[in-house]
Amino acid sequence: MIPTSYYLILSAILFGLGMIAFVFKRNIITIFMAIELMLNAVNLAFVAFSTAFGKSDGEVFVLFVIVVAAAEAAVGLGIIILTARNRRSLNVERVDLLKL
Amino acid sequence: MSEFLHQYAFLIVPIIKVAILVLVVLTVDAYLTWLERKVIAHIQARWGPHRVGPHGLMQPLADGLKFIFKEDPMPANVDKPAYFIAPFVALMLALTSLAVIPFGPQKFTLWGYESSLGIADVNISLLVLFAITALGVYGVALAGWASNNKYSLLGGLRSSAQMISYELALTLSVVGVLLIAGSFSLREIVEQQGTSNLGFLSWNLFGFGHGIGFTQIIGFSCFFIAAIAETNRVPFDLPEAESELVAGFHTEYASMKFAMFFIGEYTSMVAVSCLATILFFGGWLSPFPASWTFTYYVPSLLFIPFGLWMIYDGIHYENIFGRIVLPGIGTVLTVVGIALILFPPANHLLQGLFWFALKVFIFMFVYIWMRGTLPRFRYDQLMSFGWKFLLPVSIANVVLTSAVILWRMH
Amino acid sequence: MNASLAIFFVLAAVAVAAAVSLILQRHPIHSALSLIVVMVALAGLYLLMGAEFVAAVQIIVYGGAVMVLFVFVIMLLNAGEEEHTNFSKLAAYAGIPMAVAVAGLIAAAITRSTLPPAQDPTALTSTKSLSMLLFQDFVYPFELTSFLILVAILGAIVLAQREGN
Repeated sequence: MIPTSYYLILSAILFGLGMIAFVFKRNIITIFMAIELMLNAVNLAFVAFSTAFGKSDGEVFVLFVIVVAAAEAAVGLGIIILTARNRRSLNVERVDLLKL
Repeated sequence: MSEFLHQYAFLIVPIIKVAILVLVVLTVDAYLTWLERKVIAHIQARWGPHRVGPHGLMQPLADGLKFIFKEDPMPANVDKPAYFIAPFVALMLALTSLAVIPFGPQKFTLWGYESSLGIADVNISLLVLFAITALGVYGVALAGWASNNKYSLLGGLRSSAQMISYELALTLSVVGVLLIAGSFSLREIVEQQGTSNLGFLSWNLFGFGHGIGFTQIIGFSCFFIAAIAETNRVPFDLPEAESELVAGFHTEYASMKFAMFFIGEYTSMVAVSCLATILFFGGWLSPFPASWTFTYYVPSLLFIPFGLWMIYDGIHYENIFGRIVLPGIGTVLTVVGIALILFPPANHLLQGLFWFALKVFIFMFVYIWMRGTLPRFRYDQLMSFGWKFLLPVSIANVVLTSAVILWRMH
Repeated sequence: MNASLAIFFVLAAVAVAAAVSLILQRHPIHSALSLIVVMVALAGLYLLMGAEFVAAVQIIVYGGAVMVLFVFVIMLLNAGEEEHTNFSKLAAYAGIPMAVAVAGLIAAAITRSTLPPAQDPTALTSTKSLSMLLFQDFVYPFELTSFLILVAILGAIVLAQREGN
């Protein structure tokens, strides 16, 4: 028997690490991956609560989160490709002017 | 000692099964290369390897020694972690996919631990297989990327795009079987095909016998075509063909790493063939109805003439080594066949395994036959075939099967 | 310390190590590989909790499709290593301890509250109950997500068109 709080603390740690990566990294794709890490941490918390209480509602919500993350990844990466083509750099600190 | 075995049996028995399975699969892979070269050679009206040992049977051994002794170069400026990991990932995933496949119906108890013929018997074995197939893309993509070579990168990207496209059709073509069986567990899918007494007509391919079935011929065709594309075999092997992109994603790999890719490809072929037999061809069920108990002697009826023919062929072989080895193997086969007739318990045990192995062997032969016969697709033809034809047909199969099931349940 | 607790600690350690590796790696492709390791470790944790269908979906969809998309984009854009710029040292010296403090605060709050019941690794969530929920109680969000995917596909196609087409 594993206490549910262990899973929740792990989820909090992963979320914090995702936040640190989001703030400190400069490559737009790595920042996007940090967002995916945060979504995964939240999924872990959802499944932990869902299996602790015995209801499957949390797992259904996890399926929805995965689907939404996939759609967001598709469109987001499309935008990243276009921006990278226009500005010839993947560094977010270069994208700070409206003019190219 | 016995106390230790009983306490840790839950760990020791699977380890023994894994060791046996890996040994068997690697030997099968090695002799698959031999079979492929012989069959393609005979299709092309030549002999294939026939000097190294009788009928070229020692050729895989010679190839293995060559791979061990060859130099293993590493090109400059490669991405070292990815370059090392890619072949391991390809091989490891292919071997792991064999862990959830049930090989026979028997359950046995060893040192107080009950297990079945198959390493892991999980509820979602089909989903596990799909997960491993989905992860198999990384072996190819990483290999193409890490090689620091334009042709490898292009070949790797093309190959992974192809694998992802056909993965959808592969997964959807199986949904019909899932609807009929009502479970993700491969063991239950096979057992459900054996409930009626109609022999091969109750396999999912034909679908008679149980009340809510529907023939899965469309599903099987989509599955087999998508599986050939998944394993990068002819006619879908453009990304690794020699006349196209040098050798595609494994251009810069030599010796042991190339051998790992090679073995991974053959093992995934074996895994996909096992999956096709389990899902559509009744797995370990014999094609004769279960009440015809005299058909239990069919394996012996196949072993004994084959063994006698090998003895006869071996006696007239050209060199002395062949004149000893071939009759030896033939004698072993004949003795096994006679022993199966004389000892019914052993016969009963081997029935399931024999039919399973025979069906998988037929699928491997069809794979090799197609390699010798068909030309390969161009890349845009390949992608449009996968997305515009195979995927809609798979979806139509799902709709049709569910319509028939609803109508029959009415 | 029984077997499931040991497996939990191993998987949790792998997940945290891979997440730290995502931050520390310089090349985005190595960060992507670390993220794949995190996802597989999380799928293992879902299996440990008994949510087998979610674990399989996590690997198939997240690990086998979304991350492949990331890896493709990194390979196609030929993303190089991160440039070395002088970011604010204050952010590193004050920010990381503060992040650790916030995480510790959350952990303390979790352990002191009325806890949800403990996990039972042997209780499997049946796929049948999950699909009953999905197609009966949650059928409206389900259809909406299919619409969302359609919109995403259209958006990706529009974005991928070349200029002047």
